[in-house]
Amino acid sequence: MQPLFEARGISKSYGSIIGCSDVNLTLYPGEVIGIVGESGSGKSTLLNCLSAQIIPDNGEVLFRSPSHGDVNILQLTEANQRYLARTEWAYVHQNPRDGLRMSVSAGGNIGERLMNIGNRHYGNIRDTAEDWMERVELNVGRIDHRPSTFSGGMQQRLQIARNLVTGPRLIFMDEPTGGLDVSVQARLLDLLRSLVQKLSLSVIIVTHDLAVVRMLADKMVVMQRGNVVETGLADQVLDDPQHPYTQLLVSSILRV
Amino acid sequence: MTSINPNSMTDDYNFAYLDEQTKRMIRRGLLKAIAIPGYQVPFASREMPMPYGWGTGGVQVTSACLTPDDTIKVIDQGADDTTNAVSIRQFFEKTALVNTTTDTEAASLIQTRHRIPEHDLSEGQILVYQVPIPEPLRFLEPRERETRKMHALSEYGLMHVKLYEDIAHHGHIATSYAYPVKVEERYVMDPSPIPKFDNPKMANCPALQLFGAGREQRLYAIPPYCNVVSLDFEDYPFTRLKADTICALCAANDSYLDEVIIDDSGTRMYVCSDTHYCEDRQSKGHTGTANSLDDPDNVDRPISNKGGDNAASV
Repeated sequence: MQPLFEARGISKSYGSIIGCSDVNLTLYPGEVIGIVGESGSGKSTLLNCLSAQIIPDNGEVLFRSPSHGDVNILQLTEANQRYLARTEWAYVHQNPRDGLRMSVSAGGNIGERLMNIGNRHYGNIRDTAEDWMERVELNVGRIDHRPSTFSGGMQQRLQIARNLVTGPRLIFMDEPTGGLDVSVQARLLDLLRSLVQKLSLSVIIVTHDLAVVRMLADKMVVMQRGNVVETGLADQVLDDPQHPYTQLLVSSILRV
Repeated sequence: MTSINPNSMTDDYNFAYLDEQTKRMIRRGLLKAIAIPGYQVPFASREMPMPYGWGTGGVQVTSACLTPDDTIKVIDQGADDTTNAVSIRQFFEKTALVNTTTDTEAASLIQTRHRIPEHDLSEGQILVYQVPIPEPLRFLEPRERETRKMHALSEYGLMHVKLYEDIAHHGHIATSYAYPVKVEERYVMDPSPIPKFDNPKMANCPALQLFGAGREQRLYAIPPYCNVVSLDFEDYPFTRLKADTICALCAANDSYLDEVIIDDSGTRMYVCSDTHYCEDRQSKGHTGTANSLDDPDNVDRPISNKGGDNAASV
């Protein structure tokens, strides 16, 4: 099998501060990679580089696109980058307010990507929106309500629906469960896991929560001070961490 | 500057108020706007001797386009006799000494606020719109940097999100003015707050249509005979909208009507918003219920409407 997505030698520094340095990453179709590390370890910088939201100083990001063939994302025109970002990619923000249009109804939020790619049939857009509300376990009766009237967990599920509606192949998630209470987190993780399996999505997920990694990820990448210190199968790394930092990380999980 | 006929200069002002450099700057912007139909061209809007919102953009465009031989007409919501129209007309009478008219056909340049005249425009005429907010995406995407990028990349899905919201909340596309259009299959444009009844008149129009937004410092244009399409959904097509009745003064059934409340008990009367069109029809013998000579009783008893929503698609 050929990789869907491959990053080679990604480096990004902010002046003398290193964001991430020389990161390599390969993602196969249907695979979930978790990127973990403490605050400031360069997780988000890496994710932004991978999703072409910031341009790294060095490195290339290769993507096997159904519509564009094999491409180096960083060399695409901005128009093509934005097209990919709203069709074949998805980006789930930590704070749903960054990913949603708060003044537009839930249905409009889900329908936006469809309208962006040229869907001009109201009935079809509406049907698809209702279908996706159900899939993410939102009450279809609230399709015309604004996301500002939704709870945090509902907003996050709405953001996921809005992103998945165009059937993306690759999803970037930045702490999707951050800021949610534990029971809501569990429900969201359950939902994510079933969606990932059903739709065989490829996901790159950034988190500081090792439970999320254990539950969702096939492989994991541990970062410290901008460097990748350990990679491997998620279960393997979590059960038998080799690097001292990973050992510290794993041992600091609270057990109740 | 020397080419200006000295007879057309007043003692106090340069011809049409603005200095020649400014007019040249605006004309350059207008040429670019005409070359790229629907594209918003930034320009260095000047302080005008009237407040923003009174048509400072339109006045600057008019000023840049006027020649001493022009005859201008100024309308506000279709009317020649409202404050805004009268003051702008007088402004150009004083500063440019040009002829003015209320006759749509006789005018070579028409400055308008919120209407397109009912009478068909012809080649050689210029229609200048006053624009409050030129950016159709403004209330959906507040970041100007982002909206410019969206225009550049033709990412207009968001415009349909607005129409989607209308249908979701009202059951039909409730946007009734400033209805977004796509010009020459490229740029989405805000036609200024004209009623959507007027939208089809912009398409394939023989006259040159210029838009000026003074506060927002933008110019844009629709050259003659352009393709202008109002956005819609396949299952909710664009419809024009006017009051479902006829003019009480001239009995016109094809013109856009104003609803006028005429007493404290809420009696209403519908009259043409285009005053020249209405007067023209009346002078040709058309009479409505409010001024019918056959039935003097009608004079003081205009048509009343208690039906509530009188809007209908035509």
